[in-house]
Amino acid sequence: MTVTENAADKEIGRDRRRKEDARLITGRTRWTDNITLPGMLHLAMVRSPFAHANITSIDTAAAKQAVGVVAVYSGADLADFQGACINAWAVTTDQVTPPHLPMASGRVAFAGEVVAVVVARSAAEAHDAVELVEVEYDELPAALDLKEAAENKVLAHPDLGTNVTAVWVFDSAEAGTGSDVDAAIETARADGILIEREYREQRLIPSFMEPRSVVVDPTGEQITVWSATQVPHILRFAIAATTGVPESKVRVIAPDVGGGFGGKLQQTPEEMLTFAVARRLGKPVKYTETRSESLMVGHHGRDQWQRLTLSATKEGRVTGLKVDLLANMGAYVAIVGGGIPVLGAFMYNAIYKFPAYRFTTRNILTNLPWTDAYRGAGRPEATFAIERLMDELANEVGVDPLEIRELNWIKHEEFPFTTVAGLEYDSGNYEAATAKAKDLFGYDELRAEQKRRRESNDPVQLGIGVSTFTEMCGLAPSRLLGQLNYGAGGWENASIRMLATGKVEVITGTSAHGQGHETAFSQIVADRLGVPFEDVEVLHGDTQISPRGLDTYGSRSLVVGGEALVRAADKVIEKAKPIAAHLLEASVDDLEFTDGRFGVRGTDQGMALTEIATAVFTAHDLPDGVESSIDAEATYDPVNFSYPHGTHLCAAEVDTETGRVSLLKYACVDDVGVIINPLIVSGQVHGGLVQGIAQALWEEAVYDDAGTLVSGTFTDYLLPTAADTISFDVGHTTSPSTTNSLGTKGVGEAGTIASTPAVVNAIVDALRPWGVHDIQMPCTPARVWSAIQNGAAK
Amino acid sequence: MTRISLTVDGMNVSDDVEPRMLLVQYLREKLGKTGTVVGCDTSNCGACTVHLNGESVKSCNVLAVQADGAEVRTIEGLAEDGRLHPVQEAFRECHGLQCGYCTPGMIMQSIDLLRDNPNPSEEEIRQGLEGNLCRCTGYHNIVRAVQHASGQLTGAEGGSK
Repeated sequence: MTVTENAADKEIGRDRRRKEDARLITGRTRWTDNITLPGMLHLAMVRSPFAHANITSIDTAAAKQAVGVVAVYSGADLADFQGACINAWAVTTDQVTPPHLPMASGRVAFAGEVVAVVVARSAAEAHDAVELVEVEYDELPAALDLKEAAENKVLAHPDLGTNVTAVWVFDSAEAGTGSDVDAAIETARADGILIEREYREQRLIPSFMEPRSVVVDPTGEQITVWSATQVPHILRFAIAATTGVPESKVRVIAPDVGGGFGGKLQQTPEEMLTFAVARRLGKPVKYTETRSESLMVGHHGRDQWQRLTLSATKEGRVTGLKVDLLANMGAYVAIVGGGIPVLGAFMYNAIYKFPAYRFTTRNILTNLPWTDAYRGAGRPEATFAIERLMDELANEVGVDPLEIRELNWIKHEEFPFTTVAGLEYDSGNYEAATAKAKDLFGYDELRAEQKRRRESNDPVQLGIGVSTFTEMCGLAPSRLLGQLNYGAGGWENASIRMLATGKVEVITGTSAHGQGHETAFSQIVADRLGVPFEDVEVLHGDTQISPRGLDTYGSRSLVVGGEALVRAADKVIEKAKPIAAHLLEASVDDLEFTDGRFGVRGTDQGMALTEIATAVFTAHDLPDGVESSIDAEATYDPVNFSYPHGTHLCAAEVDTETGRVSLLKYACVDDVGVIINPLIVSGQVHGGLVQGIAQALWEEAVYDDAGTLVSGTFTDYLLPTAADTISFDVGHTTSPSTTNSLGTKGVGEAGTIASTPAVVNAIVDALRPWGVHDIQMPCTPARVWSAIQNGAAK
Repeated sequence: MTRISLTVDGMNVSDDVEPRMLLVQYLREKLGKTGTVVGCDTSNCGACTVHLNGESVKSCNVLAVQADGAEVRTIEGLAEDGRLHPVQEAFRECHGLQCGYCTPGMIMQSIDLLRDNPNPSEEEIRQGLEGNLCRCTGYHNIVRAVQHASGQLTGAEGGSK
């Protein structure tokens, strides 16, 4: 049975308005911070102002006397009680992993680390008393600069003896997926083109709109944790694994969650401390971070130096790529922090056929906040690097950037294609996506306009940025994760409950926080079971309701979770079939299931699936030996990733007198396989685009020389506003994925991955006549203006 | 403590509040109006936007005592007799929200914007929403939603491209 064809009456492919919206547009929401329980206490954190220091004393006496204060704890008070923050991915067997306690005791390793907690009757009283906790520190030298830290000049954790947590290497010659990259480089040096560059992936802050919040109620037999998290199942596991509280005694609920972008896939110190304090006091406790805390200590993203060598023939055919990364882990290796550069390792060859490839990442500890997944997680970094290099190569050869890409990319007829990084790309059509994008963009007209402005010496120049990309989505095949030494699997679970009234409950182990699963999953089930869209209720984000799941990140929910759902639906049909045959007095072999109904072939007799649900409820007349349930559960482990791709084109105006960059037009064509809900997919693309554009132009976590976050509020950390952005032209081509039955590929990260290099390529393209070949991100007016001055001076 | 009396979503309320209590804290903590949310502490994000005597304000930027005698309207008081306000309807129709956290503030600000300028250009919409941050939508469909609510987009065009 396939449901890939989009008949007019099918749900898949329809622009369904979202079910979620009814509550979100009326304020009828369940954010964690909304929760108020009888006797609930409030937690506030005392945080280190220093990046690296020994704690010499903590005096809590005055704080304990303050009005409304119930308790004040330091790290020593909760030492055996607080659990630990886990690192789930030791990327090498000898990874150096500093122990990470939720609350520091003895020494702090970054500014913002918790040194004491205050519990009070109200949040205001808790925050007031934080000011009364006297902490004395002896400052230590701090490892703040990534390159210096890599040389172990100052140690982030002196007892470890090194800042290098892991060195992870992929070499195509060793892996047998390609030839020797050094040989390719030497050949190109002698008689070809060699492009050597160093790019900076600045530190970014995910900046979800809902600050993180956690409420823990220890008063029941199970301890209930509400958290603004992407990963309720993983959090439950981590709490149990590190506190000794049996997993069966912990229930985690992710109610409405206001965005994540990777930033909420952490097991956080704040969650662990709230859990510890609630257990200690036997009362419900709430902690909600301020935005300043969120920007300061919620995990950050990117923060890498990329040293790159690309070798090519004189005609521009790439012969090899060598990548040397420095990846800033921050002070602790976060839950999958060490794995982010490793995820990127598989994507530097992108959509191209490179014969030789070597990737090395050195993961470095510093006295800065930890880094981990941020929308794209490794793949934006890889895509940025290669798409910048391909533009440099096109410039060297003297051809259009799209031409150089076409010369090197995998042709449509070559799929499935095994890459130099060892992945098997299932499907794609780069030619079609690029042709459509050019059309949507008006490529030739804009090139003509660019020429006009160059020839007339227009102070406002036009640049055209090209970015193609692919990504690995649908994390992830469990076996592969095992080979990469990851601590968990990549399967997903779904179950379907057929209610006696004909309604359908769908339970998914994925955990949406804005993606619209309730709508898209309803569409899938409605088609598969032939029930009305409105009759399907999708439940998620509560370990009691969805006991098995691995949550939402890495564009996995639809690709992996959706496939689990399809399989559960098929099991429902299979379970219902013998009952239908019995009730219809027909042979099972004579039944066919279409549009929600079992029909007896060659007759007009039949019975709806929902009628069978009722028959199972009464159970008055079931065949012998058949259980009175047609509910079903399925767990699906993907055999491969899916590989969405796309071509993005950006036209940017650069004011050469001020360095100001403005977007003129942005068109993209993404091939995300079969689309369940085009409305939702476009929304994901739009949002992703702006996040990627923001990396190119505005956002950066900036620190002073002492390791204090300077961009610590939304006044200083420049999240784009509506006035900074433009409307987008979004199109699609469809190459169904062959790795799942729905043919879907995932879309959550696509826009973010492709847009950053598209924008920077546009700026550099505008300024080539000034001799500008690179501008470090974010491309602020000051940086652009300086690049013009420096270029012109050469 | 200071006594304040005001109208919130058509209901008369009167409470003793600390002078430092913000209007948003009063709405959420005293009245249980949790539809209005807090997204920052520097009045940048606009998630807490409500109407105070008919004008949009960031309720984290107003003390509860300043609202004494005022009429406050929140996202929870927009729909009448179960019928959504046209701007609420437009946000749903045009997929102008994803996680929904910024949405209450975004809708309240959009209503204010359309009252001042019933037929805004795209540029005017973008300028008018500059004080409200959204991290999910890239603003594309929020702009469409405001255009839709102003009657500038109809039918299928009202949805997202």
